[in-house]
Amino acid sequence: MSGTFDLLRFTAMLGKETRQILRDPSTLMIAFVLPVVLIFLFGYGVNLDTARTRIGMSVQDRSEAAASLAGAFQSSNYFEVTEVADPDTLGRSLVAGHIRGFVVIPQDFGRMALRGGGTIQVVTDGSSPNTAAFVANYAEGMRQTWLAGRTGARGAALGPPIAINPRFWFNPELASRFFLIPGAIAIVMTIIGSLLTALVIAREWERGTMEAIMATPLRRFELMATKVVPYFVLGLGSMTVCTLLAVLVFGVPFRGSPLALLAIASAFLVPALGQGLLISSATKNQFVASQIALLTAFLPSLMLSGFLFEISSMPRWVQVITYVVPSRYLIPPLQTVFLAGDDWGMFGRDIAIMLGFGTMFFALAMRVTRWRIA
Amino acid sequence: MNSRLLAMIVKELWAVLRDPRGRIILVVPPIIQLVLFSAAATLEVKNVTIGIYSRDDGAASREFISELAGSPNFRRLIRIETPQALEEAIDGQQAIAVVVIDQGFSRDIAARRPATIQAILDGRKSNAAQIVMGYLNQVAANTGATLRPQPHRPIGQIAATNWYNPNLDYLWFILPSLIVQIGAISAMGVTAQSVSRERELGSFDQLMVSPLRTWEVLVGKMMPPLLLGLFNVTAYLIIIPLAYGLHMQGSLVLFYAAMLVYLFAVIGLGMAISAVSRTQQQAFLGMFVLIVPMILLSGFASPVENMPGWLQVIAEADPLKHFLIISEGLFLKGMTAADVFANTWPIAVIGVVTMAVAVWQFRARVE
Repeated sequence: MSGTFDLLRFTAMLGKETRQILRDPSTLMIAFVLPVVLIFLFGYGVNLDTARTRIGMSVQDRSEAAASLAGAFQSSNYFEVTEVADPDTLGRSLVAGHIRGFVVIPQDFGRMALRGGGTIQVVTDGSSPNTAAFVANYAEGMRQTWLAGRTGARGAALGPPIAINPRFWFNPELASRFFLIPGAIAIVMTIIGSLLTALVIAREWERGTMEAIMATPLRRFELMATKVVPYFVLGLGSMTVCTLLAVLVFGVPFRGSPLALLAIASAFLVPALGQGLLISSATKNQFVASQIALLTAFLPSLMLSGFLFEISSMPRWVQVITYVVPSRYLIPPLQTVFLAGDDWGMFGRDIAIMLGFGTMFFALAMRVTRWRIA
Repeated sequence: MNSRLLAMIVKELWAVLRDPRGRIILVVPPIIQLVLFSAAATLEVKNVTIGIYSRDDGAASREFISELAGSPNFRRLIRIETPQALEEAIDGQQAIAVVVIDQGFSRDIAARRPATIQAILDGRKSNAAQIVMGYLNQVAANTGATLRPQPHRPIGQIAATNWYNPNLDYLWFILPSLIVQIGAISAMGVTAQSVSRERELGSFDQLMVSPLRTWEVLVGKMMPPLLLGLFNVTAYLIIIPLAYGLHMQGSLVLFYAAMLVYLFAVIGLGMAISAVSRTQQQAFLGMFVLIVPMILLSGFASPVENMPGWLQVIAEADPLKHFLIISEGLFLKGMTAADVFANTWPIAVIGVVTMAVAVWQFRARVE
């Protein structure tokens, strides 16, 4: 545990650790293959922007009004409509999940519409609340467009008195991949920083090689540094892969500076690595370490960081928990550096908080290690 | 059951349950995850702060603002006086949206002309921003109805009903889907780790040269994750109705039957991963490379039918996708046995294929 810092010893140790990582194909897979898969999935697959939704329709009225309304649904860009005669089969299709909702135009629709009334029945599949809300909203939009078309010039007067004209800054087309991709970067850096590190160092404890290294003149600080520096570099490498793919292949804008991105990502890796180190020193068992890392690092990054779910909408007690999730401070600056530009006021504050968590984790890891040896 | 197999199963259960930390880590976190994540995972947007930049002091604008203040979706309204302040409020994420009421708004309303309000929304959170926009439209419609009541009923009113979940409570969707995800993560994790640990320590080769047949080793290894999965799911099935008041509409027997097939498939995946890994680290990372995309493809984050065609084909090989349909269907819709079966056989096929890969890989490594 004693002795002075020796550059040669340090670099030799660093070289050993690096070679050990590069030799294992699974490390490179997680650092480079997973980011590619994730970015492609977020880019193509996770489409929160609804495309054509399958619905059923039953028209029980032969009037002209019913036919033209049915035609409007048939030709809509939002719906893929299957018409059936018997409304009972629609209920069965809804249970089976073949359709997401259905429209029934009842018998007296044409007669009622002439007198300024008439009801269209829309039934949605509430077991997917989002899609259900989309179906109801688009059906209402359909009805308004249909009505405006029928009443012609008179339609303007029937329109809503107040219209809201929205402008979405930073992402005018509302492409959801623009905000999912910073989330993908956060996930990948959490996996490398916390999960991989926790596992690798726990293995050294499990096999007893950690104690062997501790018996050498290597100082504790040097030991920790040689263990985490390669993962730090790996984390930044996979972040770069994500960024290049996102910008070059998926056309995600990058309005901030590379320096800011590097600063944000580096600051996040400090608490991530610190947490990994702490978990491995405290558990010394790969299985327990992997489960704790999963529970305290990976799942919070996914669920509590504000990347999928709005933090302000969560119940108070969950919001309190999010304050100790380091990735909570990563997501807003990442989204900002990609979509809005540099905002050093925000970056500075979040970077300082992440470094604070990092310092705490490293200090705890040092303490736990010393205590374990003693 | 022969005694050799029984001994193997007892040994496996003992290996998992011996370590007190391991026992706690297998049982407690899934419960914490259910409680924490069902509370966190909400796609409703509540408690948001809205900025108001009003350059109109008329009655209509005051009416709109008071309607906005009365909406339960918005917690706080902040007054914005200058364009610079507007920019700062959005850039610094103090407000998710700013409503801009221009001069002449009240005049337009009074003159019965169509009136327009501008809304600036933070597109960095494109999803939340769209939902907030929906709320704003609602407020505008209410204000419009107060200020200028419609003389007659509109033609062709829509009566929308949401079956199975009348209030579109997102929690009702998330609880059945958490069973699917947490079940997969814990069962796959235990399988992948228990086999790869023996490989890493070298004791797996000893197992393979013992009189045990390959399938007996596999069955022994399958037992702990299977029992653990059943234990956790049973805990969920008790907690969900008691704590959240969500009762299963469909048949419990069907649920357990489909669940067994599902566990078989995810354990098969865990086996296949550990069969090709040499160390625990490789198995754990391999599991991640699979599980994260599988969750994304399952239809939990976005409907499968919105994905491009080639990705929908890949999603067919995802056991989570099929079991999510069953879990939601049985919990909320009271799905029939025929529908459950239609979604279960693909899971069984996936299970058989992954188990076959595992057996083949184990044999290949030994010889």
